Amino acid sequence: MTLILFYLTSAVAIFATVMMITRLNAVHSLLFLILSLLAVGIIFFLLGAHFAAVLEVIIYAGAIMVLFVFVIMMLNQGHKTIVQERAWLQPGIWLGPSLLALFLFAELLVIIMLGGSADTGQVVNSKQVGIALYGPYLLAVELASLLLLAGLVGAYHFGKPMLKPKKPGSAS
Amino acid sequence: MEQGLLLSAMLFALGLLGVLVRRNLIMILMSLEVMLNATGLAFVVAGSRWGQADGQIMFLLILALAAAEVGVGLGLALHIFHRFATLDADSINEMQG
Repeated sequence: MTLILFYLTSAVAIFATVMMITRLNAVHSLLFLILSLLAVGIIFFLLGAHFAAVLEVIIYAGAIMVLFVFVIMMLNQGHKTIVQERAWLQPGIWLGPSLLALFLFAELLVIIMLGGSADTGQVVNSKQVGIALYGPYLLAVELASLLLLAGLVGAYHFGKPMLKPKKPGSAS
Repeated sequence: MEQGLLLSAMLFALGLLGVLVRRNLIMILMSLEVMLNATGLAFVVAGSRWGQADGQIMFLLILALAAAEVGVGLGLALHIFHRFATLDADSINEMQG
């Protein structure tokens, strides 16, 4: 039973990724990318990696995709935006991803009804992950925090010329 | 388990295809996300196979890497858009100091 769910979710993930790399509009492909990440999250849940599944949904499909949405919004300024958004939000555009997301939700409900057991892999719960994370992998956690700090400084450096008000006559 | 690794390989190949085919910088970054996600999936599948927590820890580190990469990459894309007024990766192949 779990294997059938695994195959269905894999089909959704691959379909969403194919749709993502073939859409011409960035917002449409973003919708399909979120769907693909949600499908991979369900697969993590099926594999017994519950903590990774939660992180996939919260951080990947939540936080990182919000960054993409912000940048796409910032790059589409202008008077055409309202017409463009009206064209983007036609029902035909979001109906496909929404129906597939609903399908993933139904799968999640089925998994919970079945008792949340994972037949396709061994369950590694978040307690084991936490103990290993702050035990042997402590140095890796510190390095990850350093990497995030470096990313923050780099992103601020790239964004700084746009934060300053432009002087008249100065290039770039 | 083989199915999980197969799915991971297919997602990685699709992401690579997206990076190679698409010329929009935002689309390239999104395809890179798919590739990083596929590698994380491979780690989680391996960790689930052996019942060890190491796979999920590697997934966590990949998540931190993806967050940092997206921050810097999108900042760079904004910078390029303000400077060249385009997001086409082919039109910015000349560095002018």
